[in-house]
Amino acid sequence: MITYVARRVLAGVPTLWGVATVVFFMARLLPGDPARVIAGVLASPEDVERIRKQMGLDQPLWVQYLDFMGSLLHLDLGTSAHTNAPVVEEIGSRLPYTIELALVALAIAITAGILAGIVAAIRRNTWLDLVISGLSVFGVSMPVYWLGLMMIILFAIDLHLFPAAGADEPASIVMPALTLALFSVGLIARMTRSSMLEVLGQDYVRTARAKGAPFRVVVFRHALRNALLPIMTVIGLQFGALLGGAVVTETVFAWPGVGRLLVDSIFFRDYPVVQGLVLMFGTTFVVINLLVDLTYAYVDPRIHYS
Amino acid sequence: MHMSIPASTTAEAFEAESLAPEAAASVRPAAAWRRLVGHRSAVLGLSVLTIYAVASIVGPILFPFNPGQNQLTTVLFAPGQEGHVLGTDNFGRDELLLLVYGARYTLSLGVMAVALGIIVGVPLGSVSGYFGGWADIIIQRFTDVLLAFPPIVLALALVAGLGVGLRNVVIAVGVSSVPSFVRLVRADSLRLRELPFVEAARALGVSPWRILLRHVIPNAIAPVIVQATLQMGFAILLAASLGFFGLGVQPPTPEWGELLGEARNYIFSDPNLATFPGLAIFAAVLAFNLVGDGLRDALDPRLG
Repeated sequence: MITYVARRVLAGVPTLWGVATVVFFMARLLPGDPARVIAGVLASPEDVERIRKQMGLDQPLWVQYLDFMGSLLHLDLGTSAHTNAPVVEEIGSRLPYTIELALVALAIAITAGILAGIVAAIRRNTWLDLVISGLSVFGVSMPVYWLGLMMIILFAIDLHLFPAAGADEPASIVMPALTLALFSVGLIARMTRSSMLEVLGQDYVRTARAKGAPFRVVVFRHALRNALLPIMTVIGLQFGALLGGAVVTETVFAWPGVGRLLVDSIFFRDYPVVQGLVLMFGTTFVVINLLVDLTYAYVDPRIHYS
Repeated sequence: MHMSIPASTTAEAFEAESLAPEAAASVRPAAAWRRLVGHRSAVLGLSVLTIYAVASIVGPILFPFNPGQNQLTTVLFAPGQEGHVLGTDNFGRDELLLLVYGARYTLSLGVMAVALGIIVGVPLGSVSGYFGGWADIIIQRFTDVLLAFPPIVLALALVAGLGVGLRNVVIAVGVSSVPSFVRLVRADSLRLRELPFVEAARALGVSPWRILLRHVIPNAIAPVIVQATLQMGFAILLAASLGFFGLGVQPPTPEWGELLGEARNYIFSDPNLATFPGLAIFAAVLAFNLVGDGLRDALDPRLG
């Protein structure tokens, strides 16, 4: 088990290195001169030259690459061209908002998705099943930004139930979290339904029912626990999807997380922050995948790792 | 992940099924079409797409209209007012005409981005699966890295570097769809490589590239068609979100996402403006997903 964990962690290293390399080359090889952009349109050629020196852009590419990788190891992502604060601080001050939003959305999605999936499986081929299964196609087809706007119109403008934007009140998180959750609810429900249907047909479920165990106990204790593994895969992958969805949701609801920071930084042409954020999103995804894989090994003793 | 679950009867059954001779047989188009039109939700999706396609081709011919021209006397009419069925926008442009004109951009964005994903992804995936070895390792690592970025983040990063506009949106969205095609075609090539007819071609001395082009890729095409349809919905969503941010196709081009982003500024006074473009995007994506699901059932009856 320990060797498996060690090997799985080590296997993530090349991917992380690849993520950093792609981010480095994305910033260097795309057209446009970062020094000129940061200096602004009114800057003199000398100013541009000075900034180029300051950013190390006058060095050969491989020196820049080694510098970049070296400073990454010290968690140094440079300074923001917009606020002059270190990029790590800029991201660090916004990250808690995104994590909060993603966790609340994930909790909603898991609760609603698993419950809906169980209901669809038990009431298989009824209108309820049809509605729940249809919801998952709706969820993945829904433009998140549009759903957000419609929620603002209904709940903030017409009904005055929740604030339309910002993160000033505790109630502010309700609409962004619901919007973000919808995409995942359908997928989790669909996975739960098929996984539950498979398990409910097993012999041990029939045995449990035959010995007279209450229906609720059979569903939750005997069936659900055994149906959880494939559901967990989907949930793990959803957390990555939620981080991506946060970019859109945060912008719609003016939620002050990293997603909105990314969009704002692109408008400010604040390349160091954009680069840092892209790197952060990639790294987070790799780490989450690793955690999901390790959780499997813990949860399902049937899986042998060679 | 390398794991071995103790052999079960299902695993054996699956093995037997994938080795069956039908597995490599190409799908007969006529039979697949019959199954598709028997699929109720797929027919619904097809109808929506047909309406969109006809509207985007015929609409601009019947109702000539210049989206770049402002009509300051008709600004922000409510739906139904003075013959504007869906009202007018903040530039006084008829909302329905904008949507009809926008269908061209939104649909062609999706088609071009997915085409880019196929052109890059299918050759990479087939080489990766058929040849294996170093080519496989490098291509798979590269795919892993691309998959590590949420598609919207990757697309935003590319647009940040390349700049906005139709061409760059196609590139940004297209790149995001490459990994799914690589993965899909690789898995099929791995399977096809071992089948008797490919082995026979090898034994006859056919060159590897010719085997790839004539035998492997043609037999891997059915899942690619399904994936392309599903990706089309996703590409439209992604392209429209760039437009919504103001980082996609630029005004006055009436791309649906751009219209929605513009409408956001009038959400308190004229909520209708935001309703219609979003509904148009939603219906298009839903239609592609329904047709995609239908196609999967029609092309691969074993899965249904």
